[in-house]
Amino acid sequence: MLGLILGEISKPPEGFKPPGVEIFDYTKSCLVGSGSYCMTKISLLMILSCVIIGVLFVIAFSKPKLVPRGLQNAVEALIDLIRESIVMEVMGPDGLPFLPFLTSLFVFIWINNLFGILPFAQIPTTSRMAIPAMLAIMVWFVFNIVGIKKQGGGHYLKGVLFPPGVPTAIYLLVTPIEFVSVFIVRPLTLAVRLAANMIAGHLILTIFFLGTWYLQWKLVTIPFAAASFALGVFITGFEVLVGVLQAYIFTILTAVYISGAIHPEH
Amino acid sequence: MVHLALLAATTTFGTPIGKGLVYGLAAIGPGIGIGFLVGKSVEAMARQPEAAGMVRTTMFLGIAFVEALALFGFVLSFIIS
Repeated sequence: MLGLILGEISKPPEGFKPPGVEIFDYTKSCLVGSGSYCMTKISLLMILSCVIIGVLFVIAFSKPKLVPRGLQNAVEALIDLIRESIVMEVMGPDGLPFLPFLTSLFVFIWINNLFGILPFAQIPTTSRMAIPAMLAIMVWFVFNIVGIKKQGGGHYLKGVLFPPGVPTAIYLLVTPIEFVSVFIVRPLTLAVRLAANMIAGHLILTIFFLGTWYLQWKLVTIPFAAASFALGVFITGFEVLVGVLQAYIFTILTAVYISGAIHPEH
Repeated sequence: MVHLALLAATTTFGTPIGKGLVYGLAAIGPGIGIGFLVGKSVEAMARQPEAAGMVRTTMFLGIAFVEALALFGFVLSFIIS
């Protein structure tokens, strides 16, 4: 349809080239600066997300009331959700000091995931590996430092590498596995899970909407374009769900790791 | 069948078909795993609705661990070229 109207102005494309990983590369279009000190759309969105979170929380709790209304009510419901379904469920009352950390982690990842479907932003900032990797490294330091502080360095390492209740000979097998799984695989999967989910979602969205654009030039293929568009809209809705779910999973796994560091196995 | 898949994976290494195979093969196990996991969780929630919250939390944890394997395949399919 659009093609029939605009057919004279812009020519239909010659061959379809599916989008690849290059759609995540924003380094060629610097907003401010150049080279390694370039501020891309990704960095701008990340700063924006911090501003949004800061403003949201400051406004919500600037005049706290005993009976919350409006924004304060919404934000308190969010914090209550994390408190009840993550902290109390996974860590117990010992984990309450970590509630602010987990809340900010959850909200930060959620907002950055939501950028993927927000008009004009259109890219989930968490799909760039650097951001999930930094978050995962931060979580790695948090749970290790908490474990060392709560149990003492030697005791913490012993609890992790030599879990009790295992026959002595099996330690030959268990200790390397535990070492790799706790200190290497944990942060790796944490970061890769978030980034890969966001990359996959963004790629699927791009493919469907690019397909819509590519297929609407001929009258014969317009039904396929419509189907592609409908699926794209459906996937957009699905991405809202995935964004929340990935933020939730990241937070709950962080809670599990910290909980494992606080409460030694015995 | 596994031999066939391995042969296909080695002979098509680096081509688009090879990339697709990497992800496709990596998705078989986690697909079965998540199916089992969610099915059993729903069964548990239906049998004992008062434990639904605990089961749901554990289910999401399990899904996160199983899903990681499939995602490694997804990332690997981009890395090989």
